[in-house]
Amino acid sequence: MDWNLLITQLMNGLQLGLLLFLLASGLTLIFGIMDFINLSHGSFYMIGAYFCGTVTAITGSFFIGVVFGLIGVFAVGALVEYFIARKLYRNDHLDHVLVTFGLILIFDTLVHLFWGASGMAIPLPDMLNGQIHLGSLVLPTYRVLIIAGGLVVAGVLYFLVTKTRLGMLIRAGASNRTMVEALGVDINRLFLIVFALGAAMAGFAGMLIAPITEASIGMGNDIIIIAFVVVIVGGIGSVKGAFYAALLLGLLDTLSRSYLDLLLKLVMPSNYAETAAPAISAMLVYILMAAVLAFRPQGLFPPAGAK
Amino acid sequence: MLSKIIRTAIVAGAITTAGMAQADTVKIGFVTTLTTPAGVIGEDMKNSVTLALEHIGNKMGNLDVKLIMEDDGFKPDVGKQKTDKLVKQDDVDFVAGYIWSHVLLASAKSVLDADKFLISANAGPSQIAGKRCNKNFFSTSWQNDQTPMALGEYLNQVGVKSIYIMAPNYAAGKDMANGVESTFNGEVKGKDLTKWGADAQLDFSAELAKAKASGAEALYVFYPGKAGGAFIKQYQQAGLQDTMPLYTAFTVDSIALPKLQKAGLSGVLGSKMTQEWSPDMDNAANKRFVGDYLKRYGKYPSFYGAQSYDSIMLIKSAVEAVGGNLDDKDAVRAALKSANFDSVRGRYTYGNNHMPIQNFYLREVVEDSEGRWTTKIVSTVYENHQDPHASKCKM
Repeated sequence: MDWNLLITQLMNGLQLGLLLFLLASGLTLIFGIMDFINLSHGSFYMIGAYFCGTVTAITGSFFIGVVFGLIGVFAVGALVEYFIARKLYRNDHLDHVLVTFGLILIFDTLVHLFWGASGMAIPLPDMLNGQIHLGSLVLPTYRVLIIAGGLVVAGVLYFLVTKTRLGMLIRAGASNRTMVEALGVDINRLFLIVFALGAAMAGFAGMLIAPITEASIGMGNDIIIIAFVVVIVGGIGSVKGAFYAALLLGLLDTLSRSYLDLLLKLVMPSNYAETAAPAISAMLVYILMAAVLAFRPQGLFPPAGAK
Repeated sequence: MLSKIIRTAIVAGAITTAGMAQADTVKIGFVTTLTTPAGVIGEDMKNSVTLALEHIGNKMGNLDVKLIMEDDGFKPDVGKQKTDKLVKQDDVDFVAGYIWSHVLLASAKSVLDADKFLISANAGPSQIAGKRCNKNFFSTSWQNDQTPMALGEYLNQVGVKSIYIMAPNYAAGKDMANGVESTFNGEVKGKDLTKWGADAQLDFSAELAKAKASGAEALYVFYPGKAGGAFIKQYQQAGLQDTMPLYTAFTVDSIALPKLQKAGLSGVLGSKMTQEWSPDMDNAANKRFVGDYLKRYGKYPSFYGAQSYDSIMLIKSAVEAVGGNLDDKDAVRAALKSANFDSVRGRYTYGNNHMPIQNFYLREVVEDSEGRWTTKIVSTVYENHQDPHASKCKM
């Protein structure tokens, strides 16, 4: 057993899990509180990456890029809520899906229009392009930063949701929206804040991943499916559930990509194992979702009092 | 009454245009990827085709060229639909293009069953070079195995003892891995095939960690298009360039290099790959192509572009050889087979399976006189190389 490899892979899984959490936490809140299916949540992920890349290119600083990117995505999220989503809360889910799917196409085309088809590379400062050496363990600095950034945001969100008045309202909204409205809370303002906050977190995830994979059109559409899986596995409306489910899926995906071919080689010829392993590891998260839906349809950690 | 007149006019118009189309134009369908992140490749091919048509004044012999560009969306099913449309609705004479092996494999039957000519400007799956070879199929690129075979041969020459292989999990990815394995004499310490398609895996952290732990001397990868840039970035961020030299096929090209340069990833300078063409090749056709491309688009063309440019020139040579009489399929086929045109890679010939028999070169990433990153030919690895599947083709 190569322990360094295992630790590296656990870190990689953690990194993927935290990125998924940033996406899924917003998604689960919007889904859970407003009962709104937002397929275009992945577009915020993409827009965040492009905003950050553009500001980084102008100012030469990745950190300034992230700050302005966050403000930008928050604003876009607020605008989408105010002008589009707000009018749809009372419609059924099919309308949500149709409108937000249209939004995906609009955002993809807008990005194509402004930035072109070729994608955008985001340069990192030299200190982030290096590696951290811990004994014989070598980790890319930037990936450690993603983990740290993800944990910080998770911590802030935990504080926000469990310790503040806004968080109390959010939790109350996720459990029983009608009751919150009946108690005279300005539900519109709450929805606006939650929506924009979710957008900003998705944008933050996009900014973190873009220096590794580049910003590109449709980058959010690939990952949003898995983010939905996280929401379902974790329990709709539950931030805590999203956190654990995201880490679980991140680790499951990374570890199966790392070790599944070795396991399969024990039971089948190696050329079959090499082809089958990536296909099976790509399916595993969905198999897990199917299992959760079959045995615990409310998700692993549903919000308290949810029906 | 009025509607009758209009109807007659429309019918008459349709007859005239149809008649004209047959007499005076050669219709070429071109299938590539114009959307999704892989659209950058399609853009390069489109640019090159546009430039080729400009260079020939949009004429082949006395025929006007009508080009119909279609987007396969990086999906085999969409590629097949678009190909069907070109063949049935537009009734084109030639269908060219195809970046992706899986798209070509799905689409080829539609063209070949209709007895039209199919010119692959990139994809070269082993199936079409071997058992499924067809008299109406021609390639202006290569068979997938050839480029990695040349790379394996080069690895032997420089004495590399062990490698780790990474490629996407689709038809060409497997060909690219097999190609290297078939010629490389050392040990393959491990191999990863990663998820591919419109939602391809772009974060290679787990695979890079495995590669590193395998203790292999060098890393060989095949990641075309956008994935290439992302891969090289992560390779450098993981600090592997000092311990595990990188060898590539179809990964480091003029699509990836400008972006890598922008991101300051100088680790890629000096990295080596094999290819049948390079922007610095010294022949008149290539100088004109690369020179005008640089002038027009402000960047180097990629090999995808070079092969697309060649596909138009190959069609032109055949149309001219038969004096514009495209109904004589046998004559057109014979003319295509003779490859009697000035390819930007220099002259080549066709084997029995209509795959080029050509040279493969070792290329290195360098900085040109104006500070742009590009590739330069270092040496010739294979001369007049024929692909290993030709013997399986009964033609």
